[in-house]
Amino acid sequence: MRVAVIDYQAGNLASVVKALRHLGAEITVTERPAEVAAAERIVLPGVGHFSATRRLDETGITVAVRDAIARGTPFLGICVGMQWLLEGSAEAPNQPGLGHFMGRCERFPEGKLKVPHVGWNSIETNIVGPAMFRGLKRIEYVYFTHSYFAPITIFVREADGEWHSAVSADTEYIQPFAAALEWGNVFGVQFHPEKSGETGLRVLRNFLEWRPC
Amino acid sequence: MLTKRIIACLDVRSGRVVKGVRFVDLIDAGDPAELAARHAAAGADEIVFLDITATHEGRATLIDAVRRAARQLFVPFTVGGGIRTAGEAAAIFDAGADKISINSAALARSELIGEIGATFGAQAVVLAIDARRVPDRPISEAEVFAAGGRKRTGRRAVEWAREAESRGAGEILLTSMDSDGTRAGFDCELTAAVSEAVQIPVIASGGAGNAQHFTQVFREGKADAALAASIFHFGIHDVRALKEELQRDGIPVRLPC
Repeated sequence: MRVAVIDYQAGNLASVVKALRHLGAEITVTERPAEVAAAERIVLPGVGHFSATRRLDETGITVAVRDAIARGTPFLGICVGMQWLLEGSAEAPNQPGLGHFMGRCERFPEGKLKVPHVGWNSIETNIVGPAMFRGLKRIEYVYFTHSYFAPITIFVREADGEWHSAVSADTEYIQPFAAALEWGNVFGVQFHPEKSGETGLRVLRNFLEWRPC
Repeated sequence: MLTKRIIACLDVRSGRVVKGVRFVDLIDAGDPAELAARHAAAGADEIVFLDITATHEGRATLIDAVRRAARQLFVPFTVGGGIRTAGEAAAIFDAGADKISINSAALARSELIGEIGATFGAQAVVLAIDARRVPDRPISEAEVFAAGGRKRTGRRAVEWAREAESRGAGEILLTSMDSDGTRAGFDCELTAAVSEAVQIPVIASGGAGNAQHFTQVFREGKADAALAASIFHFGIHDVRALKEELQRDGIPVRLPC
């Protein structure tokens, strides 16, 4: 399985690459649109600032990803990589996201609890049984580290004009929010599967093995 | 629900795990990569390597140990000890660490915190503070020590934690030198003072001896995570048994793990 891991100069890709290799994937770390277009799977990691995604527009990756998704190539965004699938984020209001899903990321409000949200939190998958959580329990623990989040009201518009919720798992810190998004061949996780033990490895394996039904 | 993290810390010297009592009397406790994997399998939420040699030869063996350990670790992995520059930090990230912890070098030049964060993100920078209470003075005056606890700095732990946060540290690893190695309990008062002063997570360290100590530092000490080394190494406790006891006490932990 040839997997393109997109390098956009935002943080450490070593853990994501290591976890995918551990699962048998053949990894190309790249910021070249042609290599992204040729891949069988695309992963956009992210531990940086939302503004770093501007580089995706500059390098032509944004267009390559949009085309690949339209052709049916499975795509996984992790953390900021998931947030980029939305229309944008309060972290960098002038930088648009891909806009594949409708909604915007917001910052956790200040209050009694600390921001950022760091650590292992429980997530609950939706009743439909999302593909990326196949083989896992309804409630699992995964590792988060972030200050911005996608609300639980994230939608996708189908060709038939119908709107569907894209939220495949939710969690709660200060307030409920989306822990994972999934619609067709497009997946996003706010948590770090590469750091979430056996649960995270299973999510990555489900992504690598996903086939359209 | 966000759980309290239990972090297994391995003090590494010349490529071997050691653990001292009050920073002296080191005894050999095994291969770091093997112990890291064992702790992760037993349910540790995170693994920390602290290199206590920090000599040139020690550094090469450390990088090798980090690389070997990282290969089989799929939980967050932090490495610290003797990191002086962003370049040295980059070498450790390259070997497979997710976070680095810095201490004396940040005291000498606090810009280092932001320099590492600029490339690897704030979540990857843990500021380690070794602090000691000042007799007959309030806890807010607890003093920071550098160079593995050997050098006084005249700084106050609470103020240093706040400054580190403003410079972009992602977490604070707070070691009470008074409690370290005693197995008599964490310094809850010191931990609470620092944890309430910052928005970033505080990891309590020093003094773990039994499950009750963890419950105390999570409740009274307001710690977001707690770190222990020696209690896990010799089979006194494993992480899972500790977590089961914490869960009975009503502390949210990642179980089953």
